[in-house]
Amino acid sequence: MGGATNLLDLIKKTRNRRIKVLIAKLGLDGHDRGAKVVARALKDAGLEVIYTGIRQTPEQVVETAIQEDVDVIGVSILSGAHIPLMTKLMRLLRERGLGDIPVFLGGTIPLPDIPKLKELGIRNIFLPGTPLRDIIKETLEAALERSRE
Amino acid sequence: MAKLYNDKSLKEIEERIKIWEKETLPKSLSRFPERMDEFSTLSNIKIKRLYTPLDVKDMDYMEKLGFPGEYPYTRGIHATMYRGRIWTMRMFSGYGSAEDTNKRLKFLIEHGETGLSLAFDYPTLVGIDADDPMASGEVGVCGVSVSSLEDMEIIFDGINMGEITTNMTINPPAPVLLAMYVATAEKQGVPYERIGGTTQNDPLKEFIAQKSYVFPPEPAVKVAMDVVEWSVKNLPKWNPISISGYHIREAGSTAVQELAFTIANGIEYVRHLINRGMNVDDFAHRLSFFFDAHINFFEEIAKFRAARRMWAKIMKEWFNAKKERSMWLRFHTQTAGVSLTAQQPYNNIIRTTIEALAAVLGGTQSLHTNSLDEPFRVPSEFAAKIALRTQQIIAYETGVADTVDPLAGSYYVEWLTDKMEEEAWRYIERIEMMGGMTEAVKRGYPQREVTEASFRFQREVEEGKRYIVGVNIFVEKEDEEIRNVPLLDINQKEIEERQKKRLKRLREKRDKSRWEASLNKLHKAAERGENIMPYVLEAVKSYATLGEIMGTLKEVYGVWVEPPIY
Amino acid sequence: MKNNVETLIGNALNGDRASIGRLLTYIERSPEIASKILSIIIQEKGGGHVIGVTGIPGSGKSTLISRLISHYKNSGLRVAVVAIDPTSPLSRGALLGDRIRMQEHATDPRVFIRSVPTRGVKGGLSFSGVAMIEVFDRLGFDKIIVESIGVGQTDIDIMNLAHTILVVTAPGLGDEIQALKAGIMEIGDIYVLNKSDKPEANRTYAYLDFALETGEIGSEKIKWKPRLVKTSAVMGQGIEDLVDIIEEHLQFIKKSGIYQEKIRVRRRYMVRLLAEKLFLETLENLSDSIEPTGKNIYEEAVQLLKETLSQFD
Repeated sequence: MGGATNLLDLIKKTRNRRIKVLIAKLGLDGHDRGAKVVARALKDAGLEVIYTGIRQTPEQVVETAIQEDVDVIGVSILSGAHIPLMTKLMRLLRERGLGDIPVFLGGTIPLPDIPKLKELGIRNIFLPGTPLRDIIKETLEAALERSRE
Repeated sequence: MAKLYNDKSLKEIEERIKIWEKETLPKSLSRFPERMDEFSTLSNIKIKRLYTPLDVKDMDYMEKLGFPGEYPYTRGIHATMYRGRIWTMRMFSGYGSAEDTNKRLKFLIEHGETGLSLAFDYPTLVGIDADDPMASGEVGVCGVSVSSLEDMEIIFDGINMGEITTNMTINPPAPVLLAMYVATAEKQGVPYERIGGTTQNDPLKEFIAQKSYVFPPEPAVKVAMDVVEWSVKNLPKWNPISISGYHIREAGSTAVQELAFTIANGIEYVRHLINRGMNVDDFAHRLSFFFDAHINFFEEIAKFRAARRMWAKIMKEWFNAKKERSMWLRFHTQTAGVSLTAQQPYNNIIRTTIEALAAVLGGTQSLHTNSLDEPFRVPSEFAAKIALRTQQIIAYETGVADTVDPLAGSYYVEWLTDKMEEEAWRYIERIEMMGGMTEAVKRGYPQREVTEASFRFQREVEEGKRYIVGVNIFVEKEDEEIRNVPLLDINQKEIEERQKKRLKRLREKRDKSRWEASLNKLHKAAERGENIMPYVLEAVKSYATLGEIMGTLKEVYGVWVEPPIY
Repeated sequence: MKNNVETLIGNALNGDRASIGRLLTYIERSPEIASKILSIIIQEKGGGHVIGVTGIPGSGKSTLISRLISHYKNSGLRVAVVAIDPTSPLSRGALLGDRIRMQEHATDPRVFIRSVPTRGVKGGLSFSGVAMIEVFDRLGFDKIIVESIGVGQTDIDIMNLAHTILVVTAPGLGDEIQALKAGIMEIGDIYVLNKSDKPEANRTYAYLDFALETGEIGSEKIKWKPRLVKTSAVMGQGIEDLVDIIEEHLQFIKKSGIYQEKIRVRRRYMVRLLAEKLFLETLENLSDSIEPTGKNIYEEAVQLLKETLSQFD
C-alpha cells in the first residue's frame, strides 16, 4: 500500500513538469509487447513517451535521445544480445555527453549478467513480471533526480 | 437430428435446478461466499457457476461433434488418435554456429530423434547476413546463423537428409532457406520426393505479432505463396506453411483472437492460392497450423476443438474442398512462453505441464514443451530434458492418451467450445468485411486488438484481478531459486567472428559472373511477378548470400515499417 | 541562464545537435526563455522552406516524408521535421510515435526530427510547435517539414503557416476524403495521391482530378493552381515529380510575395498562441481560487478577466 501512495505523490509532483522518456527496442527481435505496455503505462502516468519502433541500432537510440532531449531512456531487449548492445549504447551516450541520462533495461536477462549490466551504468534492470507500478515509480524518481542535479 | 436430450428430461432438470438454487445453493453461499464476483476466462468469457445439460440442450451431436476422423473433426482428425500413435515430441533446437548445430543434431539423431527443428538467430530471421552491421551482437544467440548455402551444408554434414524431416522456423526469408535446404539435399543425392519437413512461412502473423517482417503485406503474402505453390509441385513431402497463432498469442492476444486471426490468415492464403489457379484439393492438405497452449486450461482445450470444427467447415463450405484431408486442421502446439516467470523459475515446470496436458486433451499432432529457464535464455540441456520428460510422463504414465477426446460431452467444455467458435466467427466476419486479412493488417486492425488485449491483461495483473504465482501472489522477497538456475553459455563473440570470416572467404572465392547473373535474373523475375522460387534456388546455388538475395527482393518489393500502434 | 542560452545558441548554430535538442526543450518549457532565445536567434538569416504535410490517417504520410527526407538530404540539404502528435487530455501524457517511419534518418547529421505533443492546447496548435519552426529556420535548415495528425481545425491552423501545403490521400479512402472535404481538402497547394500502385488508384485519381478542376477541392488558392501528383512512398515512385512540383511552388510563392507573407503569419501565430497560453494558464489558476456567488455571473466573469489581465501588469 505504501508503495502505491508513494507513486501517487510522485505523479502529482511531476504533473506540471514535462518528463520525456524514450522507449527503444534495441536489436533485431520483434517482441514489442513489453515495450508497448510500458510506453502506454508511462503515458497514462502523464509522461511524454517517444517510441522508436523495433530494430534500432545503438546509434539510432542515442541520436533520438539527443534530438528529443529526453530525461530517461528505457531499452527493451529480448534477443539475448543485451551485453554487446548495451555496452555500445552506454559508450556512445558517454561519448556524446549524455552520460547523465538514466538508462533502464527490460527483457529476458539472465541473472549472472545483471552485475555486468549495472557496471555499465544501467540504473536498473526489469525482468519479466516486474509490476508496471515499479517501472513508473523508478522512471519518475530517476527523472526527478536528474532535474535536481 | 441427433439431439442429446429429450424435452421431458430437460424440463425436469430445469425444474430441479430451480429447487437447487433455492435450497442448496444459498446455504453454501452463506457459509462460503464465492472468491470473486465474477469469474472469466483469459478471453474474458464469463464463466458460470455450474454447467448442466441445459447449456448444451440444443447441441446436435452429429453436426457439432461427430466421430473422430470424420467431419467436422471436432473430436480429432484421426479415428484412433493417440491410441495408435502418440503425438510427435518435437523440440526446437539450434544455436551458435553451423558447426555447433551440426553437432547438436547428430547428438539428437543418435538418441533416436528423426524430426529435427531448426531455430535461427535474429539476423537470419530478418534476412540479413552475419557481417551486416545491424547483426552485431546477435549472431548465433537465439539460434543458428545461416548466411549462405555453405552454412546449410555444414549443418547437415554427415546427416542423411533423405531420412530425416526438418522443421525450419523461418518467415520472410523462407524461400531462401528452403532453397538452401533443397540444394544441400540435392548435393547429397537425395531426390525431391524424399525431402521432408516444414517452413513456417506465415507472413501475415508477422505483421500482427512476431514482427520479423521484411516486405510490405501484399508482396510478403505473394512470396510466401510462391513457396507453397512451388513446394506443392516439387516437394510432395514438404509442409510449406505453418499458419501460426502462437506468436499472436504470445504478443498478448486472447485465446479467441488467436483462434480467429489464425483462421482468418488461413482463409487469406487459401484464397490467394485459388486465385493463382490452383485446385484447393491439390494444396489444402499441405497447410498446417501452429497454436499456443496457455495456462487457462479448459479454454485452451475448447480453442483447439473449435479450431478443427471451424477450419473443416470453411474448407468444405467456403472453398468446396472435396478431399477429407483438405478439411483437416493439423496442428503443432507449443506451451506458452509468455506464461513463464523469472520469479521462482522452477514453477515453470508445473505451468508447462498443465499447458501440455491441455494441448494433448485438445488433440494436437505435435508438441513442444518450454524449458523452465526460458525467461532468461535459450534452454540448457538440463532444462530441455525436463521439458521433454514432461511430455513423456503425460504420454506414458497418466492414461490421458488412452481414449479419444476424453473431455467431449463435458457440459462446460462443449459450451465453451461453442462460445469460442461464436466469438471467433464474429472477428472473422469483421475481417472479411475489411476485405480479408491483408487489408485488415494494413489498417492495423488485428495489431490494435492484440495490443489492447495485452494491455488489459497486464492491468488486470497489476490490479490483482488475475493472479500469477510468484509475481502478484505468494511472492518471495529473497528469491533463492532464481539464482540457482544453471544457464547455457554461448561464446557469442567467437561465433560472430567465425561467421564473418567465413562470409568474407565465400565472397572472394565464389564464381562472380554466375553469382551476378543469378541475382539479376531474380530481380527481373520478381519484377515480372513470376514465382521466384526457381530463381532463388539458382541464386543460392551460386552462393549468393541470404542478405544479397533478400536485398534484391527488397529493391522490387519495398520494405515495411510498422505504423505507430499502441 | 543567460550565458547558458547564448552558448547554446552559438553551439546550435555550429550544428551541435545536443544543443539544438536542448534549445527546443527550453522553448517548450519556459515562455520567458523561449522569448529570450527567439530574440537572439531571430537575427539569423533564415530562409528555410516550411512544408506542411497533412492528410487522412492511413494515407502513408510518414513514409512519404521519409522519402522526401532521403531526397533532400541526398541533394545536400538540411532537413528538420516537426512531428505533431495528439496529447491525452486526461493524463496529459503523450505517446509520440510518428518518428517510427523516419528512424532510418535518425543518425544522419543533416536531419533533425523532433516530436511535439499538442499538450491539451485548445485547437491543438501550440506556441512551442510554431516557435520550433522559427528556430529550425534560423538555424539554417533548408527544408522544415511539419507533419500533423490529419484532422480538424488544428490541421488547418498548422498548415496555414507552412509555405507549401501537401495534402496526402490514398486510394480506397473515398469516404474519408468526403468527410474531410470541408476542412483540409480545401487548403492544399499540392495533392498527393499516395499508394498509387494500388489497382483502384486510377479511379481515385480521376475523382481528385475532377474535384480540382471544378474547384470542389483546393478552392482556397487564388493565384496558384493546385496540383495533383501520384506517388508510391513504399516503392519510392513519383517522389521526383513531387519534389519538382514542390520546388515550382516555392519559386511561385517567392515571386508572388506569399513566401514573406507566410513568415508574417507565422510570427502573428507565435505571438497570439503565446498570449493565449499565458492568459489561459493564469485564468485557470485564478479560477481555482474564486468563490462565485452566482448572483451575477456576468459581472463575476468580467472581474475574473480583469484580475487575470492585472497579473501581467
